[in-house]
Amino acid sequence: MDNAVEVKRDSPPPPATGKAAPSAEPREIEIQLYARREEIYPRQRVGESLGFFQKWRWTAVWVTQFVFYGLPWLQWNGRQALLFDLAARKFYIFGMVLWPQDIIYLTAILIIAALSLFLFTAVGGRLWCGYACPQTVYTEIFLWIERHIEGDRAKRMRLDKDPMSARKFALKAAKHGAWIAVALWTGFTFVGYFTPIRELLVEVATFAAGGWSLFWILFYGFATYGNAGWMREQVCKYMCPYARFQSAMFDPDTLIVTYDRERGEPRGAGSKKLSRAEQGLGDCVECKLCVQVCPTGIDIRNGLQYECIGCAECIDACNYVMGKAGMPKGLIRYSTERALAEHFAAKDIWGHVLRPRVLVYAGILAAIIATLFVAVAMRVPLKVDVIRDRGALAREAEDGRIENTFRLQVMNTSERGQAYALSASGLPGLEIASEPTFELPGATTRSVLVRLRARPEDIPPGSNKIVIGVKAIDDPQVAVEEKTVFLGLKR
Amino acid sequence: MNDIGASQFYSAFWDYYIAIITIVSVLGCAVFLWLQSRRTVKAQINAKGEIQTTGHVWDGDLQEFHNPMPRWWIWLFYLTVLFSVIYLVLYPGLGTQWQGVLKWTQSGQYQAEVKAADARFGPIFAAYAAQPIETVAADPKARQMGERIFLNNCAQCHGSDARGSRGFPNLSDGDWLYGGAPSTIVASLVEGRNGVMPPMGAAVGGKADVEDVANYVLSLSDSAHDSVKAVRGKAKFDTVCAACHGADGKGNPALGAPNLTDKVWLYGGSVATISETINAGRNNVMPSFKQILTAPEIHLAAAYVWSLSNSGKAAATTPAPAPAK
Repeated sequence: MDNAVEVKRDSPPPPATGKAAPSAEPREIEIQLYARREEIYPRQRVGESLGFFQKWRWTAVWVTQFVFYGLPWLQWNGRQALLFDLAARKFYIFGMVLWPQDIIYLTAILIIAALSLFLFTAVGGRLWCGYACPQTVYTEIFLWIERHIEGDRAKRMRLDKDPMSARKFALKAAKHGAWIAVALWTGFTFVGYFTPIRELLVEVATFAAGGWSLFWILFYGFATYGNAGWMREQVCKYMCPYARFQSAMFDPDTLIVTYDRERGEPRGAGSKKLSRAEQGLGDCVECKLCVQVCPTGIDIRNGLQYECIGCAECIDACNYVMGKAGMPKGLIRYSTERALAEHFAAKDIWGHVLRPRVLVYAGILAAIIATLFVAVAMRVPLKVDVIRDRGALAREAEDGRIENTFRLQVMNTSERGQAYALSASGLPGLEIASEPTFELPGATTRSVLVRLRARPEDIPPGSNKIVIGVKAIDDPQVAVEEKTVFLGLKR
Repeated sequence: MNDIGASQFYSAFWDYYIAIITIVSVLGCAVFLWLQSRRTVKAQINAKGEIQTTGHVWDGDLQEFHNPMPRWWIWLFYLTVLFSVIYLVLYPGLGTQWQGVLKWTQSGQYQAEVKAADARFGPIFAAYAAQPIETVAADPKARQMGERIFLNNCAQCHGSDARGSRGFPNLSDGDWLYGGAPSTIVASLVEGRNGVMPPMGAAVGGKADVEDVANYVLSLSDSAHDSVKAVRGKAKFDTVCAACHGADGKGNPALGAPNLTDKVWLYGGSVATISETINAGRNNVMPSFKQILTAPEIHLAAAYVWSLSNSGKAAATTPAPAPAK
């Protein structure tokens, strides 16, 4: 692989203290370890309409942003449908209220996320990076704004070279104004997942928002503005760990954005009077559109490179050019390393994509997703922890029976109040001497005292296993049983 | 700071040791960054004049390609140096001699947090402390507060249900060693109690005499006993035990002498246990809580304890207050 080669494109070479002579002779030059970042001006439109993969990318933008901006506004039973109340440590997800004790579901979701990443990367390379990553999606949105204010690549390059003028200032101000507006709304929406968004909107609108809400709105707003407006591909190249470690998930059967070197080379514009074959040229017409559209500023014709986020912009650009030139599409296409080397037909590629590794990932993923759904569906909105009294192990009650005291930490994790009945079993004649029922308002927790009694002749001295049950009076489905021990006295 | 300075295991040398290492490290980082930002290496170029690798090769074929970091990256490192300088000026990070401009200390932060908590919760406690205990006991919010204080401070001995266990009185049965008036409960909490039953075996007589007295004591509460022995024990009881427990055996709250005519037994109500009590005596301590709890906390805890055996009365004397907002 000749990836990671720093190749000069149509940008000036990295600053060198020594001078590289254009002729071949000096084989070495002095270079610095740090270089000024060269601004990338990705060309966004090639042709009149969006390319095939561009449409997919925009679909992903619309879907993710519709969900992200829309969800916090949904209401459910008179409250926000999706609210992560960190202060109260309760996560409201539609009909569900998750408590810190439900962290296991978060674990499952994280495992699902990780396995999905493995699966999709094994199949299609950096699909996440190219289509769904917020960095990509917001850069896409910011680029769209940029194009509508400053124009596409060529106009932007010219504008940036021009000296400051009233027009340039106005354009730049408009662009940054629009970016900041989107960024602030993004920050506001994000905070709206953690604090009721409708109240937050009122607070923001009346300039009453303060403290942490305001800080985080500005923080995430600034992060969006900075990352999507200024940092862009640098986030992927220098900051994102995922961008780097996923190359470890690639194998020769992973679909990647690939330039068909055999078909394309030798490249050249050629002359229209002769056929390309007669001129000894491959199909690449050296239009450089694939380089111009690249949001990370690489040349895909140099092969797989770590900077490539797999966005497929170059495929769309090249297909357009191939169409215009009357050549078959797919000079740059999704293909695999093995398919290129062994000249697979499309059918064979898919046969190799469904390889054991992918099937195992898919199988585990399906199993965990199914488990999560079953676990969530069977979740009982009641949690009980039995804590034996720390002070008194066992005592003789006034009626001569042996009494043990327990404290039940009971959590009603549903949103409505509920009356519960206690039960105890595991020893003959075990009776509840305290109040056998209790009530608990919705989404609250309470410590409930339970005193159990049994006749001394019925219980062996020492520790005896018993079970304390809590059951909702009007809903037998909501029942929890907890194991504990009843201590008998030595006689 | 003075505590450390006064310690014989402490030498001011370590202050300078820490300070010098820290300052030299921070400055060293800055110098290193500056050198790295100017450093150049020799790079290979190919025939087209493109920069290829730095010429570093490991294991024969592992080459270092030329992928320079963006220049702004190095400014992030300079920012960390700047951060540490500001931090060391503001906070005590250079040994104990330099206290930092902010004069921050752990104990200072603790005091500030306590002060903030007092400002927040003080008025709530003060409001309850101003009310009589009977009124406080009728307030469910106050009872919850009292219960939490009880669970953290009292439940270790009296049990989380306040029903005690052997040697630790039941606080919920309306039977009191020293009296159950609210002021008496507060006094028990503030000053503690030391209940002493002296060994009385010798004063009572022999083994049989002690058993006689024990049976008489059981007869006072109509518990199962040997009536012949009980009759024999009465005389001994009147001369020896009645001094504290009273001729009728009803006890004396001023001394903490228990009432023997009810069926409440602190150590157990068998002949054997009562004999043991007579022979060996008992010494029981309720610690003082005035150093542990504040007066308003004791007020709330006492209200909770009082409410356990007076729930009917508390509800009757004061109408249940509306739930707090």
